[in-house]
Amino acid sequence: MSKKIVTILVTAAVTATLLIVLFIFLMPTYGPRFLHPLMADSMPQSMPAGRAEHMMNAAPPAGLDTAANRLTDNEQFRVSFSSDLDPVVINQMHSWTLHVETAAGQPVENAEILVDGGMPQHGHGLPTQPQVTEYLGEGNYRVEGLRFQMGGWWEVKFDITADGHDTITFNLVLGG
Amino acid sequence: MSHPRQLFIILALLGIIGLAAAAYAWWPRPNDWTAAERATLQTLGLDSLPPLPADPSNRYANDAQAAAWGEKLFFDTRFSVNGQVACGTCHLPQLGFQDGLPLGKGVGQTGRRTMPIAGTAYSPWLFWDGRKDSQWAQALGPLESAVEHGSSRTQYAHLIATAYRDEYEAIFGPLPDLTGLPAAAGPVDNPSARAAWEGMSAAGQEAVNQIFVNIGKAIAAYERTLLPQPTRFDAYVQAAVAGDTAVMRDLFTADEVAGLRLFIGQANCIRCHNGPLLTDNDFHNTAVSQAPGLPEDLGRAAGAPQVLADEFNCLSAYSDATSEQCAELRFILAEGEQLIRAFKPPSLRGVAQRPPYMHAGQIATLEDVLIHYNTAPTAPAGHSELEPLNLSPAELEQLLAFLQTLNE
Ligand code: HEC
Ligand code: HEC
Ligand SMILES: [Cu+2]
Repeated sequence: MSKKIVTILVTAAVTATLLIVLFIFLMPTYGPRFLHPLMADSMPQSMPAGRAEHMMNAAPPAGLDTAANRLTDNEQFRVSFSSDLDPVVINQMHSWTLHVETAAGQPVENAEILVDGGMPQHGHGLPTQPQVTEYLGEGNYRVEGLRFQMGGWWEVKFDITADGHDTITFNLVLGG
Repeated sequence: MSHPRQLFIILALLGIIGLAAAAYAWWPRPNDWTAAERATLQTLGLDSLPPLPADPSNRYANDAQAAAWGEKLFFDTRFSVNGQVACGTCHLPQLGFQDGLPLGKGVGQTGRRTMPIAGTAYSPWLFWDGRKDSQWAQALGPLESAVEHGSSRTQYAHLIATAYRDEYEAIFGPLPDLTGLPAAAGPVDNPSARAAWEGMSAAGQEAVNQIFVNIGKAIAAYERTLLPQPTRFDAYVQAAVAGDTAVMRDLFTADEVAGLRLFIGQANCIRCHNGPLLTDNDFHNTAVSQAPGLPEDLGRAAGAPQVLADEFNCLSAYSDATSEQCAELRFILAEGEQLIRAFKPPSLRGVAQRPPYMHAGQIATLEDVLIHYNTAPTAPAGHSELEPLNLSPAELEQLLAFLQTLNE
């Protein structure tokens, strides 16, 4: 009788140990999803854009809006871009066409547009100085001189002055 | 009575299956790459090198006759003030077209390290600071540098007329009449040659410049043919793209694979050493020390204004390009903090075979280069783009092993 109980207890203990070992060893396969939050705290996570200094090798933040057609920051204009180089890849000089219209959908003529940008996680700007070189009509503008020299999260910002002034930041995540 | 025994067997079986699954999950499979990693690897392989880009600024760029003649000029020591220096004196073919010295030795000593040449046809900018924007314009620099070839453009024009008249005229048409042309004249450091140049008529200068430019264009036509050769790494990339584990295992040791994984991952070397040439041909401050005994070097911050002012740049009268074809120059980033002590990353192909390293040979060995990246010192000026990697000594060994797979 007591021998039976010992056998059961020993078997249970061995199996439990095996299951725990199994849980630990299989972690690389199923990832950190069953970890206790306390344990998960030391896992690298994407950080808010403000803390840009120490994330040279971090992934782009989750939920980054990479849409190519958006309202400007103060919703004055609706802006979209299309690239001559599609998909955009690194180390190639290329141009974009930027389309600017009012929030109501009227093309914005002869706006004054400045271009800026960079990599927020790397702390550097664009490697070139792109410029709007031509107004193409119907709210379309030619942006020349774009080249991205590395993969990762890039911001391209436009500062638009027409009947009103507003800014917009497009996000690109490039491979390579 | 038999109940506990059955339970025991079931539990034991469960345990064994669990252990087997764990062993399977943990068994090292270094050659397993995710689809995203495979795509990244593919961008680094030589198979991804696009065809030679056109050089619209040089109408002789793809002229085989010009290339054959340019090769002769590249190795002809008569193109120097002392008859002893050719391009090939510093750019030795058997050493990957560099010289293995911290600083180049011509007529005098250069202020920077000799760069390898293979694949530079793909680079929009030439030199460590990119102060030239084409191979032909670049070639004209050393010819008139006091510490390299040390002579001047009228001497070279005379030399062409006496030593290479037929070959020159077969490619570029008749040479102008050179009678009365000073023996040594050009916008160089040497005061008498400079004075002689300033004493020449604009038309005379123009005629000499045209010959000088054609020398550069022929040398460039030759340099375009110098391309990187396939390495063990490229064979590995082919196998990785094809998912051929057996071939991958044959080609790379576990350390080399781990080093490659660090290169494209945790160490993120690929930020700047990207594409099949393993350089982005842009400019970065990587906190390399100011070489002792040399004047302060501002890197790209000095090179950008120079290329804009260069009499032989893409927008100059000597360029065969239209201004639309000079996008790099027209949209150049010419000022700003990020250019201070920013230098062009050399291609890492063949890098293990050509110490010392960096723009003035500041770092003697590849091991020390990796320690530099691991600790990321602060930049002597400007702002470093690096951040400490904190890799273990074993991981640094792996990176080193990987870099050695880039040998031809
Ligand atoms: C005295 C040694 C020496 C001689 C002679 C010399 N070079 Fe160089 N070469 C160098 C050095 C040093 C650099 C880097 C200089 C700098 O960045 O300021 C360089 C850079 C270059 C580059 C730039 C490569 C790149 O990736 O940007 C090319 C191309 C080149 N040389 C070709 C030539 C040609 C063509 C000649 C002959 C007309 C020549 N060199 C003569 C030492 C030399
Ligand atoms: C921020 C851009 C950047 C990153 C990231 C980077 N490098 Fe570099 N690398 C450069 C630049 C720029 C140079 C030339 C610097 C100089 O001479 O001042 C260089 C030079 C080198 C050299 C010397 C080449 C030569 O011929 O002198 C080696 C080797 C090298 N890098 C390897 C690596 C490795 C390995 C990593 C990853 C641990 C790495 N690099 C990460 C930009 C970078
Ligand atoms: Cu970056």
